[in-house]
Amino acid sequence: MATYSTNEFRGGLKLLLDGDPCTIIENEFVKPGKGQAFNRVKIRNLKTGRVLEKTFRSGETVEAADVVDRDLQYLYSDGEFWHFMDNDTFEQVQADANAMGEALKWLKEQDVCMVTLWNGTPIAVEAPNFVVLEITETDPGLKGDTSGGGGKPATLETGAVVRVPLFIQTGEKIKVDTRTGDYVSRVKDE
Amino acid sequence: MRARDPLDSDWRPGAGPGALRARAAMLAALRGHFADAGVLEVETPVACSTAGTDPMLQPLTANYSGPIYPHGTRLYLQTSPEFAMKRLLAAGSGPIYQICKAFRDGEAGRLHNPEFTILEWYRPGIDLQDLIDEVVAVARLCLGRADLGVERRRYAELFHERFGLDVFAADPVDLRAFALRRNILGAEGMELGRDGWLDLLFSHLIQPDLGRDALCVVSDYPASQAALARLNADGRTAARFELFHRGVELANGFDELVDADEQAARFEAENCQRRSSGAEPVKIDRRLLGALQHGIPACSGVAMGVDRLLMLRLGATDIDEVLSFSLQRC
Repeated sequence: MATYSTNEFRGGLKLLLDGDPCTIIENEFVKPGKGQAFNRVKIRNLKTGRVLEKTFRSGETVEAADVVDRDLQYLYSDGEFWHFMDNDTFEQVQADANAMGEALKWLKEQDVCMVTLWNGTPIAVEAPNFVVLEITETDPGLKGDTSGGGGKPATLETGAVVRVPLFIQTGEKIKVDTRTGDYVSRVKDE
Repeated sequence: MRARDPLDSDWRPGAGPGALRARAAMLAALRGHFADAGVLEVETPVACSTAGTDPMLQPLTANYSGPIYPHGTRLYLQTSPEFAMKRLLAAGSGPIYQICKAFRDGEAGRLHNPEFTILEWYRPGIDLQDLIDEVVAVARLCLGRADLGVERRRYAELFHERFGLDVFAADPVDLRAFALRRNILGAEGMELGRDGWLDLLFSHLIQPDLGRDALCVVSDYPASQAALARLNADGRTAARFELFHRGVELANGFDELVDADEQAARFEAENCQRRSSGAEPVKIDRRLLGALQHGIPACSGVAMGVDRLLMLRLGATDIDEVLSFSLQRC
C-alpha cells in the first residue's frame, strides 16, 4: 500500500480518504510557535466532486489513491457504457454515465479527451475545452444577421443544445467552449 | 497557491526591491529603538553543542570536526537564542537584544521558513506588563501603525467565552468531541494529548480572528504550555503571552523561569515527551543550568518574528515574498 506523509502534500496529490479517491486542491501548514503542527488541506472527492476541508497532524501518513489522468480516444457508446482506447497500448476501458458527467454532451467518436482512472477504471471524463460539432437542427435564421444578439437554440450532432447566432444554419459546424457550453465561432470546412 | 517544490531553475529572489528596502528600514528602526532604550545589541552562536528540549521544535544539525573536537561533534543550529542570552544575563550583561537567524526543521509553509529572523530581547527587573507595553510599541513601530489599538485576552477566557470550554478541566475525549461538533474533519482519527487538542482548536477556531484591526495580546497560557515561563501564583497558568495581528502569531514572551531545579525538571520532562513521541532526545544544556544556579536576575524576555512583521507591513501573503531566498530558492 503506497502512502504519502503530510510533507509530500501538494496540489494535485491523490489520496484515498474514507474509501474514496480525492485530490488535494490546497495545503496549508499550520503551527503555533510552541505547539503541535497540522496540515489543513482542501480536498476534492473525485467520485462525488464535493470539496471539503480536512486536517491532518503533521507527520501522519495517508494512503495514496492509484489515480492517473490519461488521454484516451472515445470509440463508441453501447447505451450503457462509453468505451475508450489508449492509442499507444490499444487497451480499452469503459466509463459509466456517472463518470462521463457533462462530457457525454460534447464527445463524438474518435475525439481524444482526458480520462481519470482509479485502479484502472474511469471515474471522470473531461471533454476538451473546445470542440467542433455539426448542427443537426436549428430554425432557419435571417441571412445577413451578424449581430449575434438574441440568438436561437441549435441541436448538435451529440444531442447537446447550445445558443447560436441567428445566421447559423443546419449542417454548419461550430466551435463550442465545453466549460461554459457557449458558442464560440463558426468553423468552415477545410 | 504557490507549489512547494525546489525552484531549481529560478535564480531570482522571492523579495522584490521594495521588500528588501522595507526589511533594511525595519532593522534600522529596531536598532534605533533599542539604542535609545539603552538595550545592548549582542551576538551569540547560531551553531551550539546543545539545543532546546521543546518537544514541538526540531533543530537542524551540522557537524564540526577539527581542533577542540578532533573526533568531530554534532552542532545544533539554534531554534532560538534564548539559552545563550540567559547566560549573558547571568554574567551581568544587563538588558540585551539580538536580531539573528533561528532554524526549525520540518517547518515550511505560507508563514514558515526553516531559517527565519528572530528579534529577541531581555529586560532584567521589569515585569511582564512592562514588557508587553514595549512589545506593543515595537510592533506599532515595525508595522508603521502608531494608531493600532491593543486587545488583551486570557487564553482560558478565549475558550470559555466562545465555546464554554474549560481548558483546565477538559480532557482529550471532550476536546475531540468538541472539534468534531465544530466540523473539524480529521479530528476523528487524530491522536493528540490535551495540549495538542487545544492547539488544534486554537489554530482553527480562535487564532484566525485575533487582532483583526488591533494588536491582540493573549496571556496566561495553561501551565502545561509554560515552556520557559515562570508559573503564576494560581499554579495552573504560566506568565507567558503571545502577540497576534490579523490572525498571525508575531511574538512569544515570558516572565522567565530562573529556578535552576525547575528548569532541570522541565528539561527531563520534555526529553521524556520527545522519546515517547518518537523524536530524538536532545542533550541537556548544562551550561544554562550552571548559569541559573549562579543566578540570573528576575527578568522578562520575548521573541518576535521579523519576517512575519514584514509580511504584515507589506500585505504579503507568503513568507517567500519577504525573504531574499526562501528554502525553495537557496
